Amino acid sequence: MNQQSIFSKEELARYNRHIIIPEFGMEGQQKLKQAKVLVIGSGGLGSPVLLYLAAAGVGTLGIVDFDRVDDSNLQRQVLFGVNEIGQPKVVAAKQRLEALNPFIKINIHEVQLTSANALDLFRNYDVIADGTDNFPTRYLVNDASVILGKPNVYASIFQFDGQVSVFNYTPPGGERGPNYRELYPTPPPPGLVPSCAEGGVLGVLPGIIGSMQALEVIKVITGIGETLSGRLYTFDALRFTSRVFKIRKNPATPAITTLTDYEQFCGLKTPEQPVREITAAELYQWQVSGEKFQLIDVREPHEYEIVNIGGKLIPLASVAERAGEIDQDIKVVVHCKMGGRSAKAIRELETIFGRNNLYNLKGGILAYIKEVEPALPTY
Amino acid sequence: MATILIPTPLRKFTGNAAQLNVDAANIGDAVKAVTEKYPDVKKHLLDENGQIRSFINIFVGEDDIRDLQQEQTSLHAYTEVSIIPAIAGGI
Repeated sequence: MNQQSIFSKEELARYNRHIIIPEFGMEGQQKLKQAKVLVIGSGGLGSPVLLYLAAAGVGTLGIVDFDRVDDSNLQRQVLFGVNEIGQPKVVAAKQRLEALNPFIKINIHEVQLTSANALDLFRNYDVIADGTDNFPTRYLVNDASVILGKPNVYASIFQFDGQVSVFNYTPPGGERGPNYRELYPTPPPPGLVPSCAEGGVLGVLPGIIGSMQALEVIKVITGIGETLSGRLYTFDALRFTSRVFKIRKNPATPAITTLTDYEQFCGLKTPEQPVREITAAELYQWQVSGEKFQLIDVREPHEYEIVNIGGKLIPLASVAERAGEIDQDIKVVVHCKMGGRSAKAIRELETIFGRNNLYNLKGGILAYIKEVEPALPTY
Repeated sequence: MATILIPTPLRKFTGNAAQLNVDAANIGDAVKAVTEKYPDVKKHLLDENGQIRSFINIFVGEDDIRDLQQEQTSLHAYTEVSIIPAIAGGI
């Protein structure tokens, strides 16, 4: 068969800078066109991965995301602009990618990836690129890739750090490489490692790390060079240092044969003692009716600086130490951004000091702003 | 003296120190030296039983200590020890 026949004249012009690289050539471009890549998450990492893979001419791109574009995304999610705020990310991403390259096919999957749908979704693709933002989904993506024998091109970021690797990859004629569980056998307990939503991330970092992830996807598809299979690349943006570590297969790792409940595996389903709650509307009632109460804000000072509703700032980590500043004789409403940290603070105060006058603001300051003071900024 | 490289998520517990030189014969002693100097790091590195947490990987040079002699892995002058915790961010 004439190799050029699968490309139109316009495609040949578009991909010229690939085709003229001797190691890549028409063969590499053809492999890209025939490849089907599923990108999990179209956010910080997914944006550069999708943009570069679409531009490079990967024939079929699948996008899994259930989220909508929010203005707090635009600091790093370069797939989207102001006009797309509120739209489903998969829809906005498809429009942007089709405008970038009309010669490829984009499949959208507007669902949350779960143990129930992962295998069916993955089955139709050759390579999986994981750009999610939580441990349960990381382990789910890994296990589904292992069960189906698909390479899992992995990247993750946090604040100033990035990691990239290629898991579960079988090079032509070689042995299958290690998977994520051989690097990190078990996840951290909940609460010990914050997510990017809580801990933040420098906007350009997913651009750097996601571009490397796209590079590894292209190498896996085309077979050029040496992939990061069996190696972990790490990047420290603050010191501008990169390191590459070896990851070996561990025969002691239990065989992965079925998917499990990943929320439970990551300890996110441990029943917690319920705390007494107050809604934003009820808090407003207390405020306007002159009810006597103290308002405590357990967020961090930089969050307080963005927006506050006049609470006394006692960050979660110092609640026990500063318990003396929290009233014992009147009702006390404790809040944070969304209600999680304030519930922790209340449990701590109830357990250690036997307090019983504490109310958790349901939905945190965000719920209060939404329902009571919509003119205040959110973050 | 071996050099321990502190990852950014843990630097808030080390007064922003990114590396620490320790005079230690093996990984176990090096971790002890780090946690003695910076006690707040301890609960992030070690579990309740004093074992290195499973989501914290420690590499001597480019090798995981799980592929060497775990905490008994010996250290030499100029050895670089990297602490690499699991991170999961992406969006």
